[in-house]
Amino acid sequence: MSAPQNRINNPSRRNFIAATAVGAASLGAVALAPGLHLIEVSQASAPSAGASSKVRWGMLIDTTKCASGCDECVQACNTENGINETVQDARQGSQWIRKIDLKDPQSGRQHSLPMMCQHCEKPPCVDVCPTGASMKRADGIVLVDRHICIGCRYCMMACPYKARSFVHQPLTEQNPQVPRGMGCVESCTFCVQRVDRGLKPACVEACPEGAMTFGDLNDPNSDIARRLANEASTQVRADLKLGLGVRYQGI
Amino acid sequence: MKAVALALLLALTSVLALAGAPKPVIRIENPGQCIAPAAEMRKNHMEMLKHQRDRTLRQGIRGEAASLNECINCHAGKTSGTVTGQDGFCQQCHSYVAVKLDCWDCHQPKAGNQHAATGVKP
Ligand code: SF4
Repeated sequence: MSAPQNRINNPSRRNFIAATAVGAASLGAVALAPGLHLIEVSQASAPSAGASSKVRWGMLIDTTKCASGCDECVQACNTENGINETVQDARQGSQWIRKIDLKDPQSGRQHSLPMMCQHCEKPPCVDVCPTGASMKRADGIVLVDRHICIGCRYCMMACPYKARSFVHQPLTEQNPQVPRGMGCVESCTFCVQRVDRGLKPACVEACPEGAMTFGDLNDPNSDIARRLANEASTQVRADLKLGLGVRYQGI
Repeated sequence: MKAVALALLLALTSVLALAGAPKPVIRIENPGQCIAPAAEMRKNHMEMLKHQRDRTLRQGIRGEAASLNECINCHAGKTSGTVTGQDGFCQQCHSYVAVKLDCWDCHQPKAGNQHAATGVKP
């Protein structure tokens, strides 16, 4: 135990490290040994800290504000995520978010709402995935790791919200920030590429009625947490006890 | 006798192999400082990208030195705008060593903001 500590505290070693860091800053990249480089030092800005389990991203959708016939959120999602391919069979088109119209047959009350991946705390798609491709980030965002997805589509079967789609054809016009392609399953990512830059998901930003609120459920001062604490809200199929990140009002 | 014939055959095939496969022509159209020396990049770019992709996707770590999008931004051909295709920076070597390029099945191989997402309903 003591030997490595001594080595770290050894002044000559510290000087060497400091000297190497200076060298790296001036040269751009320094070879410490074959195959080992101080590339991080040469970068102007350090990499971000990454997703934290202190944060739990969530969304609150007020269906009383959501207008029937409006699909601005769907359009914004398609633009942001490069979902622009023409599919031969309409049933095969990718839907990361879709609009649903509901009608209570007894009262005749109608409402409209967007439905997408609910970013479960205990996602069934992660449970069933045989490869570990379906995964949940520390901050609660559920994603597909396409690098190891084999396209078996178990997760599509397991999802109670019909949130996942399968890409059936080769794609060429992807957004560089949103890789997607044939043979993999995909779904709403809460626009993770935007969230990591401190932006809101595209659908939230696009909604003309302000029906969607996005934020950190764990931060008691966030808009969304305060509203959830003071107003009634529902989780769709709450009986499944999946701990949804997306909540609805007015249904 | 057999051994001699075999040796002859081996020599012949290696000569043919050397003559048959044209060496890749690597054009770097936007020369500048790469994140590591060329020899290192040739040997280890796949390892760098593999570890970085897992950290980015699974841990949400952004802005690391190794980045496929940054590769494209420097190495896309000036006229083609991409790293794929006959003269593409990636394609040249990968064709030579017969290693299939899977990256571009999902990742956008074109540089800059040529992203043509139209938002048309699928
Ligand atoms: S389709 Fe992909 S993500 Fe879904 S269960 Fe199969 S391997 Fe996992």
